[in-house]
Amino acid sequence: MTSSVELKDFEASKTMRVVMGKYFQELTDPARPKKIAWCTSVGPAELLRAMGFEVYFPENHGAMLGSSRMATDLIPLANARGFSPDICSYLTSDIGSYLKGESPLNKMKLPGPPKADVLVFNTNQCRDVKDWFAFYAREWNVPCIGVHTPRAIGDVNETIITAIAKQIEALIPVLEKVSGSKFDLDKLKEVIAISKQCTVLWKGVLDAAANVPSPISFFDGTIQMGPAVVLRGTQAAIDYYEILLAELKQRIADGIGAVEGEKYRIYWEGMPIWGKLKSLATQFIELKTAVVASTYCNSWVFEALNPDEPFKSMARAYSELFICRSDEPKEAYIERMIEKYKVDGIFYHNAKTCPNNSNSSYNMPQRIQKKTGKPFVIVDGDLNDLRLYSEEQTRTNIEAFVEQLSQV
Amino acid sequence: MAGIQTDKTQYYCGIDIGASTAKLVVINSDNQIVAKTLGRSGIDYAKTAEQMLNDLTVTESLERSQIVKSFSTGYGRDNVPWADGKMTEIACHGKGAYFHFQKRMTVIDIGAQDSKVIHLDETGKQENFKMNRKCAAGTGAFIEEIAYRLALDISELNALAEASTKDVSLGSFCTVFAATEVLAKIRAGVDVTDIVRGAFNSVVKRIVEMDRVDGMLVMTGGVVANNPFLAKLIGQAFGTESHIVPYAQYNGAYGAALFAAEQARKLHS
Ligand code: SF4
Repeated sequence: MTSSVELKDFEASKTMRVVMGKYFQELTDPARPKKIAWCTSVGPAELLRAMGFEVYFPENHGAMLGSSRMATDLIPLANARGFSPDICSYLTSDIGSYLKGESPLNKMKLPGPPKADVLVFNTNQCRDVKDWFAFYAREWNVPCIGVHTPRAIGDVNETIITAIAKQIEALIPVLEKVSGSKFDLDKLKEVIAISKQCTVLWKGVLDAAANVPSPISFFDGTIQMGPAVVLRGTQAAIDYYEILLAELKQRIADGIGAVEGEKYRIYWEGMPIWGKLKSLATQFIELKTAVVASTYCNSWVFEALNPDEPFKSMARAYSELFICRSDEPKEAYIERMIEKYKVDGIFYHNAKTCPNNSNSSYNMPQRIQKKTGKPFVIVDGDLNDLRLYSEEQTRTNIEAFVEQLSQV
Repeated sequence: MAGIQTDKTQYYCGIDIGASTAKLVVINSDNQIVAKTLGRSGIDYAKTAEQMLNDLTVTESLERSQIVKSFSTGYGRDNVPWADGKMTEIACHGKGAYFHFQKRMTVIDIGAQDSKVIHLDETGKQENFKMNRKCAAGTGAFIEEIAYRLALDISELNALAEASTKDVSLGSFCTVFAATEVLAKIRAGVDVTDIVRGAFNSVVKRIVEMDRVDGMLVMTGGVVANNPFLAKLIGQAFGTESHIVPYAQYNGAYGAALFAAEQARKLHS
């Protein structure tokens, strides 16, 4: 079906494309003076930047493979090499991309992802990131180091913080060896301060969605989060979010919503379905339903960062994350979100290849509905592997859910 | 109910274009079915819808203008040019089922390609729903596959399952694997009645693991319309009596017609 609705883009997006383009340009420039560190999305990026690395985030590349739908052709290549179709489809699509030598970056006239000099993971999100990085470490014979964060954390207590802070510090000797430069504590404090500023601004962007009508949707967020993901700890990210935030304030002042005639407000729990974001965004607009907030976009808010306590605050920021917490804090978090964003219902994306980001399997939706009275719908799908996605079922599930919300 | 048209010559229509069959129902202002028809959904839904409505008006001597409001539902709900509105099959099955019993209930619809569990409160408000995963297990497609494997006509299955004396079970989630299990049972000389009963049990299991049942258990859809014994087994598995709605196969279309009538009344009130 063709749709008559138009997705409202932000003026700021033009600037974002320039900022992101520059990032990738520098990263893939063969003449760049800096060493490259690969980093997981909530790995110790601040430390890597402070040590002079250019930081590359393969999950971002995974998302690009998903949204360009290149993933669908590339995942089978990794499957055939023994990477199961049941594991992270960022991993399988990225390894498939490497094996085939094709990347969405090619469309930007750039060579593919840069070769790593060191790979640095944090298992706070999953074990897959470590296995993913280990593949490249074997391919290129470079060090693969990281932080092993406990999962299903209830209370983020001092014991956990101290242990993780120590693990982060322990990375320094290897990083010094690879980068050839000495660790400088003041530089780290400086980067953490900049990263914190980025967090505050990005949180401001997400908070704007508490407004009725919401000036920004989850679907916008998945695009607008680019600089917060790949450029945290740099001035470029701060400059960008100041521009975006000003535009959001203007939209609020003018009463402009991301969804024309917004009637219902939904919280998105789980990974984006990258290859279907446009059609999903369109469907929600047609249904006058704004997906106002998500766990996913909120995952790049690191409020604990504090330059006065660099290692401990990094440890806290990386471990307070929703994804590595137990169900109790997760539920409390979603309940706060429901209230803050005036949510009518919750959409759970049960991503087949990422149980880590899927929270509908342990009876949580039922518990939250019982407690808050907010209904939910669970949609089976995947972040990147569209073989696991049913267009028709998803469409009907969403429509039926909005019909349910519209009952008086 | 002020301002409602009670003129019996005014009708409302609901059409449910499902994955394999299309159902069309015309109701009067007392919500009674006055005409219904069923056909294959085909590959051109708009054409199917047009043809069905046309044929029905001819056979039932209805004027199209007497149908004052029409709603569509099912996979093809967006492709019915003459529909004034659309609702999902979830809402329509709930609507149709609630109309008959007016109680807190759980509606289970077993369709050709998917199954749904819909929870309604005592006022008919939808509280929750669930569709099966994207797989044929627990749907009409599974039963069709088993009938094919056993070289039976679908219409024979209900009586065969009922005649079974042994509890045979097919363990696999997957329709293809279950079909392989059927082959193994044939090889082992298991009686065909017991194999069919095993296939029914497999559907029961897939349905039971989908969701819970609250209140009255009401079943809809073509599969239980043709296989009432299956509905009975599902009720037993949930530990409650199952009730099949009248015209179970047409229930989605009936729900759509009720929505059409409701909207017409709203506009007139
Ligand atoms: S959290 Fe999920 S999507 Fe992200 S890397 Fe791990 S398995 Fe993949």
